[in-house]
Amino acid sequence: MSIATFLQTLVFGLFTGGIYGVAAIGLALVFGVMKMLNIAHGELVMLGGYVSFWVFSAYGMDPFISLLIVIPALFILGLILDRSVYRHIVRLLGEEKIKNSMLVSFGLTLVLQNLAQWLFTADERSIQVAYAGDGFNIFGVLLPYTRLATLAIALVAILGLNYFLHKTYPGKAILATAEDFESAELAGININRIYMMTFALGASLAAIAGTFVTVTYGLSPSIGIIWTLKALIVIVLAGTGSILGAFPAGILLGVVEALSGAFVNPSYREVIGLVIFILVLIVRPQGLFARR
Amino acid sequence: MKTTLQSKSASRFLAWAGLILLVLFALYYPKSVDKQNIWNLFFLICLQITLGQSWNILGGFAGQTSLGHAAFFGIGALVTRTLWLNGQPFLLAFALGGLTSVVFALVIGLPTFRLRGAYFAIGTLGVAEVMRITVGQNVPYISTMPGLMIANYDLPARYHLALGLAIATVATAYLLLRSPWSLGILAVREDEEAAQATGVHVLRHKLLALALSSLFTGLAGGTFAYQQISYYPSAPFSPAWTFDALLITFIGGQGTLMGPVIGAIFFVVVREKLSVNLVDVHQVIFGILFILIVLIFPGGLVEAWERLKKLIFRKEEKHVPISQ
Repeated sequence: MSIATFLQTLVFGLFTGGIYGVAAIGLALVFGVMKMLNIAHGELVMLGGYVSFWVFSAYGMDPFISLLIVIPALFILGLILDRSVYRHIVRLLGEEKIKNSMLVSFGLTLVLQNLAQWLFTADERSIQVAYAGDGFNIFGVLLPYTRLATLAIALVAILGLNYFLHKTYPGKAILATAEDFESAELAGININRIYMMTFALGASLAAIAGTFVTVTYGLSPSIGIIWTLKALIVIVLAGTGSILGAFPAGILLGVVEALSGAFVNPSYREVIGLVIFILVLIVRPQGLFARR
Repeated sequence: MKTTLQSKSASRFLAWAGLILLVLFALYYPKSVDKQNIWNLFFLICLQITLGQSWNILGGFAGQTSLGHAAFFGIGALVTRTLWLNGQPFLLAFALGGLTSVVFALVIGLPTFRLRGAYFAIGTLGVAEVMRITVGQNVPYISTMPGLMIANYDLPARYHLALGLAIATVATAYLLLRSPWSLGILAVREDEEAAQATGVHVLRHKLLALALSSLFTGLAGGTFAYQQISYYPSAPFSPAWTFDALLITFIGGQGTLMGPVIGAIFFVVVREKLSVNLVDVHQVIFGILFILIVLIFPGGLVEAWERLKKLIFRKEEKHVPISQ
């Protein structure tokens, strides 16, 4: 393998990892603050992808500009889901809460996937922009514009989230609730509103990931569970309770997957994530979920 | 949650009589009708009883949520089908399918059960999905029985295997509940730390429940591989199988012995009805039903029946002084 091919693989792993990171950080946010595991997160990614696909095919809007519509749309869907479903679980305690959130969101996965199949058919769709094939060529390493745009927007979203969580009042309230919801409530924070906002934010991040998936790969109603799984592996990999740590972990998974796909048989690429998951548990089990 | 089997001897006698009647019905009714769709319906019910009950042994009794029973089902189907179609005797292939599924389950269970919380659920979900994708990529062609096998295809034999397996699974769950192991397993579900403190070996009990659960799920996969004339090798790994097991257990009543049996009969019959009229949305309806049961009525049909019984019983008590 030449150096250029190696670098190319590395770069594409980086791009893919950026999408994993955005998908995982939404899940990590919901888990870190609400202490719920939302298995239906991948379905939100899928729905976000469909919104961007329909905006593109109906109005010809560039997928990266259509984020201005996709993000609010999923934000509202997040509010609705929180009010109708997750509101009933978030007040449970400890193990019971995690278990019920997994069960309910697993059921929701089925509902959303089949609804999407019914409404949008099972056809595989994707967005092909006019500049899809173009890009920079640096010493034989191709950097497509679409991929660069996804990584740039991902970075902006993560930095924006970082600023929001650490510098603004509602963001600090979210972090306080994550730390200790009882004290947060005593300090006058309306934690129901915080939970609602957190879930909607998680859905918005899933919307960004969904748009990226539609531009880079393809979209079909059944992709949800795959993205849930990627996000879960990234979270386990990220370990500590850090919500923003999911982004670098996502990049790491993307790079490792790309390299292993290049060196090992590509059809076993999916196994790598799972092997990492189990290895992390054996060697370094103090993951995200260990936090009380 | 009702898991104790203590009740009056009369009601126990009734339960046994009902159970024997049910088995006799399952044995003789399909034979008397002898139509292919009836054989298939009964086959499906038995397969789903096995799936539901084995999920229940792990999720309902030991309290360990698995989101990837499709992994065990699929591995059982894959191993059984491959060995069997390559000339091994079916029973050998069947047993090896079940055992392989146990080995896989323990590989996930050993590292994840040491930790609390959701790791085991994620691990099983991951194995199921990764296996589905990897099998789909490496064995993409439909697996069909050879012509001679199709010519001698014997559906009642398939059904009797499924029936036997369903009875064996329910009997195992019953014996498990009567055994000294059950106290440890139920204690792990109720409060892991308290169980540990009183000297229960938590990991060992979890692994026992997992081994039994994955064994019967794997054997159910083998039965599926034995019955289907042709299917895509990745189909048994579909998350729909996990969901069926979850739904059946929760409809019937998780943590109860008869819950999965009642749930499976209800689920398969209602699904057959719904899929005729509402082809596209019947999965959505089941999904919503499942969410509602988990949120509002986690006891399922068994608890509904217990409440109803209590209601009637209390009414009778009130009526006694009036009638005297």
